[in-house]
Amino acid sequence: MAAKPQQTAERSSAKGSIFNDPKVRGIIYQLLLVAGLVYFFWSIVQNASHNLEKQNIASGFGFLGNTAGFLPNQTLIDLSATSTYGQALLAGLLNTLLIAVIGIFLATIVGFVMGVARLSNNWVISKLATMYIEIVRNIPLLLQLFFWYFAVLRSLPHPKQSSSIFDTFFLNNRGLYMPRPVFEDGSGSILLALVIAIVASIGISIWAKRRQMATGQRFPAFLTSLGLIIILPFLAYLVSGMPVSYDYAQLKGFNFKGGMKVIPEFVGLLLALTIYTGAFIAEIVRAGILAVNHGQTEAAHALGLRNGPTLRLVIIPQAMRVIIPPLTSQYLNLTKNSSLAVAIAYPDIVSVGGTVLNQTGQAIEVIAVWMIVYLSISLLTSILMNWYNRSIALVER
Amino acid sequence: MKKVLISVLMGSAMAVGASAASATTLEDVKAKGAVQCGVSQGLPGFSNPDDQGNWTGIDVDVCRAVAAAVFGDATAVKYTPLSAKERFTALQSSEIDLLSRNTTWTMTRDTSLGLNFAGVNYYDGQGFMVRESLGITSALELDGASVCTNTGTTTELNVTDYFRSHDMQLELVQFEKSDEVVQAYDSGRCDVYTTDASGLYAQRLKLTNPDEHIVLPEIISKEPLGPVVRQGDDEWFNIVKWSLFAMINAEELGVSSANVEEMKESKNPAIRRLVGVEGAFGENIGLSNDWAYNIIKQVGNYAEIFDNNVGPDTPLKISRGVNALWSNGGFQYAPPIR
Repeated sequence: MAAKPQQTAERSSAKGSIFNDPKVRGIIYQLLLVAGLVYFFWSIVQNASHNLEKQNIASGFGFLGNTAGFLPNQTLIDLSATSTYGQALLAGLLNTLLIAVIGIFLATIVGFVMGVARLSNNWVISKLATMYIEIVRNIPLLLQLFFWYFAVLRSLPHPKQSSSIFDTFFLNNRGLYMPRPVFEDGSGSILLALVIAIVASIGISIWAKRRQMATGQRFPAFLTSLGLIIILPFLAYLVSGMPVSYDYAQLKGFNFKGGMKVIPEFVGLLLALTIYTGAFIAEIVRAGILAVNHGQTEAAHALGLRNGPTLRLVIIPQAMRVIIPPLTSQYLNLTKNSSLAVAIAYPDIVSVGGTVLNQTGQAIEVIAVWMIVYLSISLLTSILMNWYNRSIALVER
Repeated sequence: MKKVLISVLMGSAMAVGASAASATTLEDVKAKGAVQCGVSQGLPGFSNPDDQGNWTGIDVDVCRAVAAAVFGDATAVKYTPLSAKERFTALQSSEIDLLSRNTTWTMTRDTSLGLNFAGVNYYDGQGFMVRESLGITSALELDGASVCTNTGTTTELNVTDYFRSHDMQLELVQFEKSDEVVQAYDSGRCDVYTTDASGLYAQRLKLTNPDEHIVLPEIISKEPLGPVVRQGDDEWFNIVKWSLFAMINAEELGVSSANVEEMKESKNPAIRRLVGVEGAFGENIGLSNDWAYNIIKQVGNYAEIFDNNVGPDTPLKISRGVNALWSNGGFQYAPPIR
C-alpha cells in the first residue's frame, strides 16, 4: 500500500505533464477558486453601483466631509453643531469602544466572582450564584436592557430634586454630575510623577519576583506599587503649587452645567451588558475550574496551601487554558451586543450611523462603515486574546 | 476544469443580467393584484392599525385612493410597516410600490435618493411639547434643556439648527423607536419632546396624563408630508400624483363620497371631467375613466379623509389650519383636471 503513491508520482514525473502532479493541481484549483471569488464579489460591487447610478442614487464616501448638524449626547471628542458626518461617526465609534472596554472589564470580574461562587462550599452563596446565572442567561438581552434603563431612569429624581454629596456630586435622571479637573500650567509634573511611579512599580515587581525565585523571600510588591502610584503624583501636586482646579456642576435652568457627566443611557447599557455577559463568563469559569483534576487541589492542600492561594496559584492558572478560547467569544459578543444601544438612546456607532444614514440616504456606505468597525474591533480582540492564549498555553517538551 | 470556469462565468453573468429586466410598476401592481404600501409602525391619525388590525389614517387613505384608482377597489392594499430608517431603502429596492408614511419632502430626498415626491397630503411643521408645570410659554426659553426625539428623521437636524441659531444649548437624546421616546419623556428623562406637530398631538395620547403637557406655539420648520415613489417610472408617478389631486379637486368642487353618484348628472364640466363622464383622463394615465369616481366613492374627498382621521372630531383634534383649501386661506391646491 505504502509504495503505491510513490509509484504514481514517479510515473507522472516520467511522463512530464505537470498537470498530473497533485501538488500543482491543488495550487491551480485554489488559484481558480480565489479568482472566481474575487470575480464574484467584484461583479456584485459593479452590479450595485450600476443599479445605483441607473436609479440616480448618489454613492461614494464624499458625504463624510459634509456638515452633520446634530450632536450626540455623549462625545469623547470635541464636537460642535458644525462638525462633519465623519467626526460624528468617529464620536460614535469611540462611544462603542468605551462601552466595550469597560463592559469587558466589569463582565470579567462579575463572571469570575460568580463562577467561583457557584462552586463554593457555602450553600447560600452557591445557590445565589446559580439563581443569578440561570435567570440572567435565560432572558433576552434587549428586555434586560429596557429593564435596567427604565429601572435606572424611573428611580432617579428630577434635576431640581437631585440627590447630592457635599454639593459636588449630583445624581438625577439626567445623569451623574462630577467636578471636572482643569489642568493649569505646571500640571505636567504630576503626569511625569505618575509615569515614573508606574515604571518604578513594574521594576519593583520584576525584581521581587526574581528575588523570590532565587531566595524564596517575599516582598510586598503590590502594596509598595500602590503607595508609589498614589504618593508620588500627590507630592508633585503639592510641590508644583497645586495647579489643578475643579469645574463644578451647577444647576442652571433645566439642567446642570459644567463638570463631568455620566448619562443614564451609558449606565443602563453598561449594567445590562455586564450582568448578561457576566452570567455566561461565570459558566465558562466554572467549566474551566471543573476541568482541573481534583488531585491538583488535594496536592496543593497537602503542601499546606490554604483555599485562597490554592485557587489563585494552582487552579486558576490551569483553568485559564480552558477558559480563554470561549471567553474570547464572550468578549466579541459583548462588543457586538453593544449595538443594541440604539434602543435606549446611547449614541454608539449604530445610533449615530443611523442618523447619518437617514440624513444623507447613503445606506450602503453607512452599513459598510458599521461592518468594517465591528469586524476590526472583533479581529483586534481575537488577536489580543489569541496572543494571550498562546502565552499561557501548556508548553510541551 | 472547463466546467468550473463555465459555471463561474454563468453565475456572474446572471448577477449582472438581473439588473436589466424589469416591468413597470403599474404592470407589477396589476399582476400582484394589490398595491404594496409602506406605512409607519403606528402613528395615530396618519397610519395606525386598529384593534382588528385594519389600517386607518390620512396616509393610509392615500394608499387606498391609489388602489381605488388602479383596481376600483380601495381594499386592494397590502401594508408594510416601516421604521423611519428603513423606509427609503424599502422603496428603492422595490419592496414597496408606494411610500405613504408621514415623510417630509426635502431636496436631498427628492434629488439624491432616486425618489420622487408625488405631492403633499399634510402640511406639517416641527414643534415642541413640554410639561405645563414648567411654566414655559415659548421655545426660546428652552436653553439647556434635554430634548427627546427619535433617530432617522429630519427632526434632529431642525432642532439642532434652531437651538444653534438662537444661541441656546441642548442635550439631544435620540431613540430608535417613538414608543421609547414617549416612555423616556414620560419618565422625566427629557424636558422636551420634539417631532412634527401632528405627531406630538398623536403621541400625547400615549402619555400617562396627556392633559399635563402642552405643545408650544413655535413651529420651527416646514414639513410638507406626502407620498413618495421611485424615480424613473413616470406612469406610476402620475397615477399617485393625480390620485391625491383628485381628492383635493373633489373637495374644491364639492364632490364627496355621499353625493358622487348624483354628481354624475352635474352640469358643471369640471365635475363631469372629474367623475369621468366626459373626456378620457383615466386612459391618459393608463387607468379606466372612472378612476377618480372610484377614489371619491370609496375613500372620499380631501376634507373627508382629513376630518375622519385627524380632524376636530377625532382624538387628535387638529384644525384644518394651513391644510385648508387655497380658496379658504390654506395651502392645499391641486392643478385642474382638464
